[in-house]
Amino acid sequence: MIKLQESVIMKIHYGTALGAVVLVAIHILFRMTQNFSESLQFESVIVNYQFLPYAIMLELILVLLSIHGFNGLRVILLELKQGVGYEKAVNYGCIAAIAILVAYGSRTILMAGFGM
Amino acid sequence: MERQSNREGIKGWLNPGRYGLERIAYWLMRLTGLGLLLYFIAHVFETSSIVNGKEAWQKMLELTQTTEGHIILTIVIGMCVFHTANGIRVMLGHGGVGVGKPGRPDYPYKPASLNSRHKLCILASIGLAALAMMYGLAVLFGD
Amino acid sequence: MAAITPKLSDELPSTIVSPTSSVTLRISKFNPKTDSSSSIEEFKVPVQKWTTVLDVILSVKQHLDPSIAVRYSCRQASCGSCGMKINGKPALACYTKISELNSSVITVEPMNNFPILRDLAVDFTQFFSTHKKVRPYIIRDDSEISEETKELLQTPKEVEEYLQFSYCIKCGLCNSACPTMATDSSFIGPQALAQAYRYVADNRDAGKKDRLKIIDDSHGIWRCHFAGSCSQVCPKGVDPAMGIQLLRGYLLGFRK
Repeated sequence: MIKLQESVIMKIHYGTALGAVVLVAIHILFRMTQNFSESLQFESVIVNYQFLPYAIMLELILVLLSIHGFNGLRVILLELKQGVGYEKAVNYGCIAAIAILVAYGSRTILMAGFGM
Repeated sequence: MERQSNREGIKGWLNPGRYGLERIAYWLMRLTGLGLLLYFIAHVFETSSIVNGKEAWQKMLELTQTTEGHIILTIVIGMCVFHTANGIRVMLGHGGVGVGKPGRPDYPYKPASLNSRHKLCILASIGLAALAMMYGLAVLFGD
Repeated sequence: MAAITPKLSDELPSTIVSPTSSVTLRISKFNPKTDSSSSIEEFKVPVQKWTTVLDVILSVKQHLDPSIAVRYSCRQASCGSCGMKINGKPALACYTKISELNSSVITVEPMNNFPILRDLAVDFTQFFSTHKKVRPYIIRDDSEISEETKELLQTPKEVEEYLQFSYCIKCGLCNSACPTMATDSSFIGPQALAQAYRYVADNRDAGKKDRLKIIDDSHGIWRCHFAGSCSQVCPKGVDPAMGIQLLRGYLLGFRK
């Protein structure tokens, strides 16, 4: 497996943060286009999912925040305890967590958006 | 072993006030980051109920659209705003932006990197988070 | 609690002026070879306006408990030997006046994040090894001491780029205050990172690429989160937090 340099990982960390800030702001603004509780009704949410650009945006948010969040957790865990085995477990564990969360969230986006 | 190395351990993260505002911001950044990650995982999980149809979605909404749910969401709004605003400050700082210029240090050696711009940004982040929480409360409980 | 009475000062009549007040000095005692945990010993000590924490410790060591282990040398914040935790914060004992602590109880403990040798004396082995790791010297192919070369001239502006970082006295206070050092035993630390910047910013040096490679590690510069505690406690105005962020600027492409 390719070992990413820490500076590359942290550049990804900053990049995902900036990207997520913009997209999450749009995501929240969409909730404000109508009354908050109305916007959460089943029909409104399904319409959101079926609107392709919005679904793509949700997927992007999912990927960006998963990477940013789990890399942040990885950093905290690496600082908490040290050791070759432990650090390997943390690194691979976080990659696995990102993959699982993205897969699970993508499943929702695909099924709700395309009626799969 | 811990005694031998004399590392402060996690308790070194506590009592952040003794090292000033920047250490409090560091501590809050960590705490809000962990909180937001937890919320994000929970959010991905709760929204997945939509694939099980309207009934499942309504059931999930009933569970979250409660006073407790709204309070949690308000805290999440606050955490999100602080983490974003302070994150931008930290990111710029990490690039060396706004940390001052090297120069000849003079007594009483006030560190240029811990300048008033950064302190103001930290306070503004906390203030913005408080304002967003108030707005969130108004929206969530105003419905 | 043992106390020093003014009578004991007869030994040094020329230096001891009648004390104006007294403080309780609490010293952390620990010998890793014989003790399982540290204990606190208390002493009542007379102080004057200008008395420093080191003065008080040495006074106790001289009159009441000669077994106290404390490292010191210059007594003027130049050697970096007497770093310790004073009332919970790392500081130089010789540079901290009792009067500025605003407390009648002074607790001195060994610096955190350094292994304890005994009482207030800590082990600097790892500290100096991380310092050496960043290659803290000018790296270049030619030399100013070899024949047919001349002195390497610098403008005052070029000197100012690194001067404050060269004032580091290696006291270890920054490493003791750092929140990452509190849990990360592999972290290179603010002292070494600031020294890496000191040489990278020196226009006589050609080792920037090597040093950036050394610090771009999973326990290198990225484990600094700009909490600023290192700069908060630095007694010489080195401002390691600034050096670290400027150094990171090279890795992020903000600086060339």
